[in-house]
Amino acid sequence: MSSENEYLVEVKDLKEHFPVRTGFFEKTMLKAVDGVSFQIKPGETLGLVGESGCGKTTVGRTLLHLYKPTGGQILFEGEEVTENNINEYRKRMQMVFQDPYSSLNPRMTVEDIIGEPLDVHKMYSSKAERRDKILGLMETVGLNAEHATRYAHEFSGGQRQRIGIARALAVRPKFIVCDEPVSALDVSIQAQVINMFEDLQHKMGMAYLFIAHDLLIVKHISDRIAVMYLGRIVEIGDADEVYHSPKHPYTVSLLSAVPIPDPKTAKERQRIILTGDVPSPMNLPSGCAFRTRCPYATDKCAAECPSLTDRGDGHMVACWNK
Amino acid sequence: MSEENKLPKRSPFSAQIDLAKFELATEEEKRQQDVMSESTTFLKDGMRRLKKNPLAMGSIVILVLILLLIIIAPRVVPYTYSGIITVDGVRDKSAKNLAPFTYSKLEQEYIDEGGKVFPHILGTDEMCRDYFMRVIYGTRVSLFVGLFASVLVLIIGVFYGSISGYAGGRVDMIMMRIVDIIYSLPDLLMVILLSVVLSQVITFQPGSLMAKLGSNMISLFIVFGLLYWVGMARLVRGQILSIKENEYVLAAQSIGAKSGRIIKRHILPNCISVIIISTALQIPSAIFTESFLSFVGLGVQAPMPSLGSLANSARDGLQSYPYKLVFPAVMICLIVLAFNLLGDGLRDAFDPKLKD
Repeated sequence: MSSENEYLVEVKDLKEHFPVRTGFFEKTMLKAVDGVSFQIKPGETLGLVGESGCGKTTVGRTLLHLYKPTGGQILFEGEEVTENNINEYRKRMQMVFQDPYSSLNPRMTVEDIIGEPLDVHKMYSSKAERRDKILGLMETVGLNAEHATRYAHEFSGGQRQRIGIARALAVRPKFIVCDEPVSALDVSIQAQVINMFEDLQHKMGMAYLFIAHDLLIVKHISDRIAVMYLGRIVEIGDADEVYHSPKHPYTVSLLSAVPIPDPKTAKERQRIILTGDVPSPMNLPSGCAFRTRCPYATDKCAAECPSLTDRGDGHMVACWNK
Repeated sequence: MSEENKLPKRSPFSAQIDLAKFELATEEEKRQQDVMSESTTFLKDGMRRLKKNPLAMGSIVILVLILLLIIIAPRVVPYTYSGIITVDGVRDKSAKNLAPFTYSKLEQEYIDEGGKVFPHILGTDEMCRDYFMRVIYGTRVSLFVGLFASVLVLIIGVFYGSISGYAGGRVDMIMMRIVDIIYSLPDLLMVILLSVVLSQVITFQPGSLMAKLGSNMISLFIVFGLLYWVGMARLVRGQILSIKENEYVLAAQSIGAKSGRIIKRHILPNCISVIIISTALQIPSAIFTESFLSFVGLGVQAPMPSLGSLANSARDGLQSYPYKLVFPAVMICLIVLAFNLLGDGLRDAFDPKLKD
């Protein structure tokens, strides 16, 4: 098929189940990710949103084989990424982590942290070349050369996240998983880091999988948005399309919770408050996982799980009723 | 307040700032903002704290003095630990049980004739040997045993513990059950049994260091190597279990670093403080064990002295020559106390969280 190489990353029916000990001999499977499929084109940003515990981070980590996938396929440039050949892809897929405080080794200097990917993949022929590359990367993310010999604990959260980004960029990847890279930073720094992500994309043409729970940020940076609920994607489509005309009842309620920085508009807006709690991922309801909280739920929702269907222009929704 | 500012009233939640109340920062104030604290490494920071601890620094001074003493003394003092004192080439049988800084009849005659005799700083023992040299060599043996046994424990314990902790799951469970089994073996019984067996089995090249130390010491090392590492292994495993949850380990995996590199570069450096501290505290306990075994007669082979065996032989003449017990006992106390205080100081310096 010609579409094979159209996508940089293609995920087909990805599953990640964790065994959880519930009794002395019993084990229940926690279905953190249960059949997720999406595609990312070169240079594109896919935003992945959802509430805490819905499996966003697990998708990102399983994508890089940091967790062994329970099922499904991950294709990179049309080739399947497996346990055995993952090391070849470590150079092309990288990750930026959520917590800038725990994602940098406190016993290493900035130079060594950024240089580690270069060391692992032996991407330099001399010490001088290594140093040049590291200084170049530091300049790219807006750090001074004099910071190179310092330790991570001497930096602020925003600077630490820049170090983390420089580390991910060191191998010149084509695809970066950004796992809530700004949620641990304060708002003014968030803006700086987000803008840097955009600038880097323009310069280097990478694709991002941008995981976040802040819808405004995701809408700002993403070309397309995928909404997750309890391990499944319930809606995926063009960023503006999903943001302005959401179809799935979960997306609608999620968007109605986005804070608007204007009290007047916020007052007029109708807030949809969902009833009930999120079901436990160890004991999912039958059929559609959202039906226990959905105002439109019918018998069909309990019987069968809806799959993503196209509602025009690649806007896919997994719902029987909407 | 708003009247004072002469500003129109606004919503109470708006961040209204009166610029007139601010003033420009001076150049000096700006510079103060620029200065970052001087870059310190983990080691430098720990050493700085260690230097402030008088007990730990005192221990280091004492240990260094002892070390210098046992290195320099044998080069200066013309006696050996095993040889009978000779005067002008003649064995001096009268130099038995001399008090400190006294001379035997033969030596006195020799001095009167104009010869020079090095003084017996701690006197002599009942076999006409210089007691100072015996204490010095005893200290050498005890320190050597303590350091060697601790290094043995360190290597095996860290290696085993880091594999167990990093692998986790079933591997960890099996490895830790083995540790539990070893933990339940009685160590002194093992030393005694092993030394009985080894003295039958092993023959040494005469004159080698091991032959001088004797089979009892070999069994002591073997028992240390076999049994005493479990504490270290448990400690390291526990540390690694908590450290490997950090995101920087995951980051190293995503970079493509191999497990060996992750353990070496990321995990062990972060639990090095605990390892250093417990090694420093392991040394005195090894010295103690060696002294105890020598005291009950399972230690080094005669004539090689150790602090424990010196104390044991001093027991016989305790009423006539009490100072013979005092010297080795004080030496053991000094070494053990110094290492313990140093270990405590290291813990306070490198792991401030563990304090109280």
